[in-house]
Amino acid sequence: MKPLLKIEGVCKHFGGFAALTDVSLEIGQGERFGLIGPNGSGKTTLINCVSGSLRNERGSILFSGEDVTRLPAYQRTRRGIARSFQVPRPFSTMSVLENLIVPLEYVVHRGLLHTADTRAEATEILERIGLAAKADTLSSQLSQVELRKLELARAMAARPRLLISDEAMAGLSPTEVDEMLPILFKLNEAGITIIMIEHIMQAVMRFSQRVVCLDAGRIICEGTPETIVRDSGVQRAYLGA
Amino acid sequence: MRFWFGAAIAVLIAVVAAATVQNEYYFFAGYTVLMFIVLATAWNILGGYAGYVNFGTPAFFGLGAYTAAVLFKATAAPLAFQILAAAVMSGLLGFAAGLLTLRLRGIFFAIATIALTVIMETLFINWRYAGGATGLQLLRPAPIAPFGSYTTMLFVVMALMAVGAVAIARYVEISWIGRGLRAIRDSEEAAESSGVPTLRLKVFACTVSGALMGAAGAPMPMYLSFIEPASTFNLNYAIGALASPMIGGMTHYIGPVIGAILLSTLQQVVTVTISGEMNVLVVGVLLVVFVVAAPEGILGLFKRMLAPKKT
Repeated sequence: MKPLLKIEGVCKHFGGFAALTDVSLEIGQGERFGLIGPNGSGKTTLINCVSGSLRNERGSILFSGEDVTRLPAYQRTRRGIARSFQVPRPFSTMSVLENLIVPLEYVVHRGLLHTADTRAEATEILERIGLAAKADTLSSQLSQVELRKLELARAMAARPRLLISDEAMAGLSPTEVDEMLPILFKLNEAGITIIMIEHIMQAVMRFSQRVVCLDAGRIICEGTPETIVRDSGVQRAYLGA
Repeated sequence: MRFWFGAAIAVLIAVVAAATVQNEYYFFAGYTVLMFIVLATAWNILGGYAGYVNFGTPAFFGLGAYTAAVLFKATAAPLAFQILAAAVMSGLLGFAAGLLTLRLRGIFFAIATIALTVIMETLFINWRYAGGATGLQLLRPAPIAPFGSYTTMLFVVMALMAVGAVAIARYVEISWIGRGLRAIRDSEEAAESSGVPTLRLKVFACTVSGALMGAAGAPMPMYLSFIEPASTFNLNYAIGALASPMIGGMTHYIGPVIGAILLSTLQQVVTVTISGEMNVLVVGVLLVVFVVAAPEGILGLFKRMLAPKKT
């Protein structure tokens, strides 16, 4: 299988601190991929390098065969890499629907302006995510779980081929997690490759086909969810000793 | 449609006033009010829509004024050319400054724009041909046909520019560009990962904003028959351009217009009835009052009053 995303020898330093050291990964088309690791292990840094918020100093990132390492974030989004943010970053002065119109206008319907079409498409995405009832609500008035859904919906509006979900479930209650997981499964069934970064082990284990564990900026283990939980290195990273 | 109807009425009022009102002082004062409408509207394109606070208004305004003055001295070019050249020069300054400084966020960008004003002022103080520190005396040509006085003519020209500036701001606001700028203001990172080319949009906003400020400055040398650096690169332009949208409201193109009319008219009245120094105080007090009591400006107040009350 040809990989959709290929990360090769990526290094990222913040001053003297090595956040990522020689990270290499391949993620296949249509895969459900889990990225775990303790706090500060470099999960979000890696995602920032993939989505373009940060530039890696060494190594390269290939998306569907194309080297995107030097491309700015918006160019990567236009090529099909979308992400949600760990701490929700809604466009707070806009309604929920308008939040989705931004990527629709800037990624999908670029150049041509079909206002009616973009609105219809935004509504359709909101229905799929379960936010349709809130379409006209100001996004600053949403609850925590609704904000997480909005993050996913806005990422979806860019019509991604790869969706990176950065801790979409952190801080949610178990019932709310049960609300979010089916959404991600449904998106994956529609053909979208998904990278899930998560602290909640249970959610990652249920969702992922393959899991990689990061610790101190290095990959320490890779495998199916079952092998990961039994790995002694992973247990050491999470539990110490 | 409603907008163009309103714009036509505004121009009509200016023209009728120019034809009927005899006292030239009203045009002299009205010109300033209209000029601040242009400045505030221009400022709001970058400062209001995109959230990048610009203290560099005098740099763009002053470059526009000096471009017009130098062009007039060298070639005696007509006013329309002066305005055009001023807009181009200040637009270029906006483009260059934007490319260099818009990577900075928040307070750092604001500081960089203050530096820009100082740089421009220093430049013109040391340019002998443009009059240096002592300034340049300019002889007004005769007003063009239907106008009896040059001041009245400048008043009508500035009224047209005000309508033009508001039309441009309105276009930016309601188009996809405006939505992108709002996204930048709300969260730059989220905007970028929603496919918004943030740097390009910010530089665009800075260029348009700068060009309009330059155009607003272009008739100034003719208005005063004189130009000199200290008053041309005066910080009061920066404060007026920033205070008007804050007082009127920054989210809608009419906000800076309301703010500028209110603030500049009040300033003119205070200047005449009390003193020139007092009018600076007026801006300060009003700004503080609005920031505390109505952070979303007059428009925000109206919206709150019109919104259905929650029980």
